[in-house]
Amino acid sequence: MYIDPHVHMVSRTTDDYQRMALAGCVAITEPAFWAGYDRSSPAGFFDYFRQLTDFEPKRAAQFGIRHHTWLCINPKEAEDPVFAKEVIALIPQFLKCETVLGIGEIGLNKNSRNELEILDAHLALAAEHDLLVLVHTPHLEDKLKGTRLIMDAIRNHSKLDPGRVLIDHVEEHTVRPVLERGFWAGMTLYPDTKCTPQRAVDIFEMHGTERLWINSAGDWGNSDPLAVPKAQIEMKARGHTLDSVRKVSFDNPLKFLSQSGRFRIA
Amino acid sequence: MLSSPPPLSKRAVVDRYFLEHRAKVLDIAAFLDRFDRAQGEGADDFRVAALRDCCAVLLDGKPDRARRVLELLSDHSTEPIAKAPMKGATGAIDIKTKGGN
Ligand SMILES: [Zn+2]
Repeated sequence: MYIDPHVHMVSRTTDDYQRMALAGCVAITEPAFWAGYDRSSPAGFFDYFRQLTDFEPKRAAQFGIRHHTWLCINPKEAEDPVFAKEVIALIPQFLKCETVLGIGEIGLNKNSRNELEILDAHLALAAEHDLLVLVHTPHLEDKLKGTRLIMDAIRNHSKLDPGRVLIDHVEEHTVRPVLERGFWAGMTLYPDTKCTPQRAVDIFEMHGTERLWINSAGDWGNSDPLAVPKAQIEMKARGHTLDSVRKVSFDNPLKFLSQSGRFRIA
Repeated sequence: MLSSPPPLSKRAVVDRYFLEHRAKVLDIAAFLDRFDRAQGEGADDFRVAALRDCCAVLLDGKPDRARRVLELLSDHSTEPIAKAPMKGATGAIDIKTKGGN
């Protein structure tokens, strides 16, 4: 049994839902993200939010998987602050949906001033509505700097409790500072970038299993919606206890997400 | 299980992972050979220089190699940039143009 707390099912097939269910997936959370192209209007985001809150939960339910979501305009489309703020203004009307857990995945992409301004606007919205936050950290060479800038930006919002913020896509150089500042941390299991299942299990061995989870971040790119059960296999094959396996792939996401009051596995 | 060793013995780690990483070393060797054989521009590509620096980290005998390789490939500046020049990332830092490490 497992939870995949970060997976972009709008980009995946119904077969993927079926294979995830067969591998033991009982619940998922889907952050709003970049479609691979820039939307031409805020109305494009309105339709995307309807897909995330209405259509996708029904598709998941066919396989006994509980679907939840996070809303935002992702940092890759945040370079135009006027456009981005029009999208942010659409979010409050969706917050009454029972499957919306919070704001995400917000953060930075190239660590620009405009991206920071829009990150800050999202954080203000989360603070105002007392919502959980799911943070995307930048890719490759931009991750270390971006993770530091993001943690500083969150600290400027005294209403935001770090224990209600998960900073995702951590790797060996960012996991320690994120955990030390009281945040939750997520490891994304990707074939080429971010973490492999082997490195994720190394990180558990080096940094413990408190406030850490794993996810597939399956999307339209080179990714694997079965990455979480593959990491479970890697842990078991190394001789880790079933309790440890369950903790990182089920208990930890359950604990963090339940703070929303809306997360359900049945 | 805070900071615990792998449940596997050293021998078991080798048995389980050696062939996988033997193949990855060969991939790096063949990539550098391919790069040397190729012609035209790009001889001074900063990404290849960064990869060679990463290989040196692997051999320095010190711990935390994965963290240190990632740090070697990271932008260490601290101020946000004026405008995002692109959406993607290259995977390494061009010290000549960015000031980098
Ligand atoms: Zn994502």
